Amino acid sequence: MRYALLIYGDDSAAGQMSQPEQQAIIAAYNAFGERFKDKIVGGEALLPTPSATTVRLRDGKTLTTDGPFAETKEQLGGFYLVSCENLDEAIQIASHIPAAATGSIEVRPVMEFD
Amino acid sequence: METVAQIVEQTFRRESGQILAALIAALGDFAVAEDALQDAVVVALQRWPDDGIPRNPAAWLTAIARRKAIDRLRRDSTLARKRDILEELARHEQTDVMYGIGDTAEETTPIPDERLKLLFTCCHPALVLEARVALTLRTLGGLSTAEVASAFLVPVPTMAQRLVRAQRKIHDAGIPYRVPPAHLLPERMDGLLAVLYLIFNEGYMAAAGDALIRHELCGEAIRLARVLVTLLAQQAEIDEDPEALGLLALMLLHYARRRARVDAAGDLIVLEDQDRTLWDRGEIEEGIALLDRALLVNRPGPYQIQAAISALHAQAASSAETDWQQISLLYARLTSMSPSPVIELNQAVAVAMADGPEQGLAILDRQCLGQALEHYHLYHAARADLLRRAGRLDEAAAGYRRALALCENKIERQFLQRRLRELATTHRQAAL
Repeated sequence: MRYALLIYGDDSAAGQMSQPEQQAIIAAYNAFGERFKDKIVGGEALLPTPSATTVRLRDGKTLTTDGPFAETKEQLGGFYLVSCENLDEAIQIASHIPAAATGSIEVRPVMEFD
Repeated sequence: METVAQIVEQTFRRESGQILAALIAALGDFAVAEDALQDAVVVALQRWPDDGIPRNPAAWLTAIARRKAIDRLRRDSTLARKRDILEELARHEQTDVMYGIGDTAEETTPIPDERLKLLFTCCHPALVLEARVALTLRTLGGLSTAEVASAFLVPVPTMAQRLVRAQRKIHDAGIPYRVPPAHLLPERMDGLLAVLYLIFNEGYMAAAGDALIRHELCGEAIRLARVLVTLLAQQAEIDEDPEALGLLALMLLHYARRRARVDAAGDLIVLEDQDRTLWDRGEIEEGIALLDRALLVNRPGPYQIQAAISALHAQAASSAETDWQQISLLYARLTSMSPSPVIELNQAVAVAMADGPEQGLAILDRQCLGQALEHYHLYHAARADLLRRAGRLDEAAAGYRRALALCENKIERQFLQRRLRELATTHRQAAL
């Protein structure tokens, strides 16, 4: 089964990190990627929400707004796509994502089409 | 002479948990398994009057249900699910051959007991707590959707929806149908025991409604805990779980008091006033034996401690002869292990019995405790009781009134009203 692991965290806290702290995070994610390389089939880090643009098509008109689709306490920072046996395994992988310690990881099954 | 319909119903109630567990293992899908079992029940009602009751009704129902599932799947147009399930069935046809289940359906061999898998699946942390409780009662407890709805005082369609959503979540999210592996077992066991304890408490101290005790819930919780303890004992790879034993002991020791809790008029009787000859000695002995067995493992835990407290009550001939000091010590142990406002509340009551009402009030009057339990009627009732014993009658009356405002159980309300009346009488007597 495939799962999307959606990484939510507090953007503003991330923005206040020092250089060494940022390096440590990068190292942690590299370690995670290495540890679960057999399960990870995709994923990216995203730039923080101030860089986001939201697009909606209404009545034939394209509307764009500056920022994420909604202001939330925690924001989407990135995602992994993993392939594993069952939910327990997906949960276990998710719990090792560095952001799990400070934010939340949403584990969502991927819709498979025949 | 029992009718065939009655025998079918009894078999269903007694065995449906085990049958469903086996079917879900074979079919890999809750909904298909339930539908298939219902189909099998229909066939039983048609065939057993003429063919006679099979020697192993549960195995018969399981085998027919599996065949009915195949029929349903052939008719079902949803391609994706069908492929998955037929794959599962093919895997289990091997098992059928092993167990000698053939065309004649004269099953004497027992079906494999997959109930532990079902229990852990129903209690998976990815399901919301109320769904875990509902699913456990429905699939393992053999209760109908209507019965579970009635037990938790929700409308039947609400409960039906809750169950369907939970089953869908299990399927869609890929919750595995298995006993958790060793590294996950401790936390999953905690979750499972919490569900069983919740069911028991809901039955023993019914939150709302007219009865004080909902026996069917207590009975179910105890039965499921027994099944759990028995099945765990059969698993060579799993060590004896003392908390599972402790929980069963706790439930039995509490439940043993049921006949003394309410009098003939239907009024609540508190522990100190209960007629202890009405306590079920058999259940008490069983509870104590289980507790002893648990304590041998030497891994104490909250359920074992609560069982030990209950055992001390059960072994005392009266409230006055109870070892309140020991109970206070056990509560202190319990609060350090598993801090909670309700446990602190119980500790205060025990301390009051051991050292006097003022000592108990000192605990109850702690600001954080008062805040945490502000909306809990038993907090105000307990506090009122201690104030009454300390002679602070006006404050006691205020406490009982606050408790009444928060209490939704009819029998408990009657008790609180009686206490208020007694206070008024005492007040009048004192004034005269």
